[in-house]
Amino acid sequence: MLGATVLTVRNLHKKFADLEVVRGVSFEVKAGECYGLLGPNGAGKTTTLRCCLGLTAPDAGEIRLDSLPVPARAREARARVGVVPQFDNLDPDFTVRENLAIFGRYFGLSRGSVAARVPYLLEYAGLVEKADAPIEALSGGMKRRLTIARALVNDPRVLFLDEPTTGLDPQARHVVWERLKRLLAEGRTIILTTHFMDEAQRLCNRVAIMDHGAFIAEAPPHSLIEREIEPVVIEVYGEGVADWFDAHAKRLAARAELSGDTAFCYCRDPEPLLATLSGHPDLRVLRRSANLEDVFLKLTGRDLRD
Amino acid sequence: MTDALRFRHVVYRNYRVWRKLLYASLVGNLVDPLFWLVGLGFGLGSLLPTVGGMPYLQFLGTGMVCYGVMYSTSFEALWSAFARLKQQRTWEGILHAPMTVTDIVVGEWVWAALKGTLSGVAILSVMTVLGLVRSPSAFLALPVIVLTGLAFAGIALIVTAVARTYDHFVYYFTLFITPMMLVSGVFFPTAQLPPAVQAVAQVLPLSHATQLVRGLVLGRPVAGAAGHLLALFLIGLMGICVARWLVARRLR
Repeated sequence: MLGATVLTVRNLHKKFADLEVVRGVSFEVKAGECYGLLGPNGAGKTTTLRCCLGLTAPDAGEIRLDSLPVPARAREARARVGVVPQFDNLDPDFTVRENLAIFGRYFGLSRGSVAARVPYLLEYAGLVEKADAPIEALSGGMKRRLTIARALVNDPRVLFLDEPTTGLDPQARHVVWERLKRLLAEGRTIILTTHFMDEAQRLCNRVAIMDHGAFIAEAPPHSLIEREIEPVVIEVYGEGVADWFDAHAKRLAARAELSGDTAFCYCRDPEPLLATLSGHPDLRVLRRSANLEDVFLKLTGRDLRD
Repeated sequence: MTDALRFRHVVYRNYRVWRKLLYASLVGNLVDPLFWLVGLGFGLGSLLPTVGGMPYLQFLGTGMVCYGVMYSTSFEALWSAFARLKQQRTWEGILHAPMTVTDIVVGEWVWAALKGTLSGVAILSVMTVLGLVRSPSAFLALPVIVLTGLAFAGIALIVTAVARTYDHFVYYFTLFITPMMLVSGVFFPTAQLPPAVQAVAQVLPLSHATQLVRGLVLGRPVAGAAGHLLALFLIGLMGICVARWLVARRLR
């Protein structure tokens, strides 16, 4: 059940030196929602998140987090939320357990109340066995789970996660997703950034696609797919694909793109296009449903971003 | 407790790390100055008549107290603080909690001064055991030691806030700390120096500290004591204010 608004951002602008990183972003997040900020590297996702937390002061715009104005009362707002940063900043001078305990102290929690919460957090992170291990002994997935557990030390209703599964192997990513779903099931609100479309499609109720500092689309993932893109994708690759592409794909697909030696054909009815492939045994074909990644690539282009 | 004391969480964090390395740290604080005092003091001291109107061991010991404070404080506020700022991203992590840049920088400032104080007190204790402390006013050296720590912590945090790599600290040590150590009356009286150098030495924080501590430990009046105290206080205050501003700019 979605409830009250927990985050309001209106017309946010942020410049670093002469580069306008965020250009007029507005959105709202309701309690219990999982809201995803999607975009290529450098789109302004992290800066938007940092502005919401009062870690970076915006040049213009209005932010309210849990009804507190940010950055004016950002410190108080942060007392009520959890933050999982993009780069691990676990404290390497401490063990797993000490990391949780010391972090609780930064919230002004008493030694007793932190000590009472630590066993739950260790269990949540699946690190009971590793409680007294140093941070350097943890794998990437364990570190990420510990960082998420650390963000829960103050039992927040709202969590901000900046690229929560970047750099993790598939097994570790699935474990993180399962843990995040648990938090959503408990009614917590999650605001995350990602450039993994499957992650957004799995977790988010709503996503915003961001590019060059501005939102270019915002909707639930399935309606974004329905609205922006044809339902079936035919991928064709192999030698001679360019000739086939020029002869048929452009004519028979609603939209078609050639990227390297792969043709991406977006269709409502793929049968006429598939029929033309019978004369090309050397071309390999993949037929699949359109997904969020197709929308993303359509809206932000296939050019590399660095 | 009140908001103004939130910096104590940072002090507590650093204390917990320090406690893990307690023995190594105490060896550094106690044994190192003991070797210096015994080696230089007895060795060089036996060749010298009185220095600055006192046995050389007393002269050197009081200088070493201030040198120890400066060294420990600077090391903590440079290398250790920089590790927490850059390599370990510890400060960044703390900012994700309801803490501010001011809380962090003030916490580091106080912590570095406390480590310096521990060094100074350790050397003073060694001197007491060796029978070199001549006056109960030595107890009043404690606030001077704390103030000296705050002054050096403030300056060092400015350097940390602008440093890009650890290598930058070599400039600070080689061009500032080492010459200051040589001209501030730690090993020999400043009266031995050319007048131009003396003039510069007079305004250096270590000079203020050695004059105050030497007087208090040996029970002699210190000329211009209020001025020395005020100078140390203002250097520390300027340091923490500038460092806070620089760190806020760097982490925004």
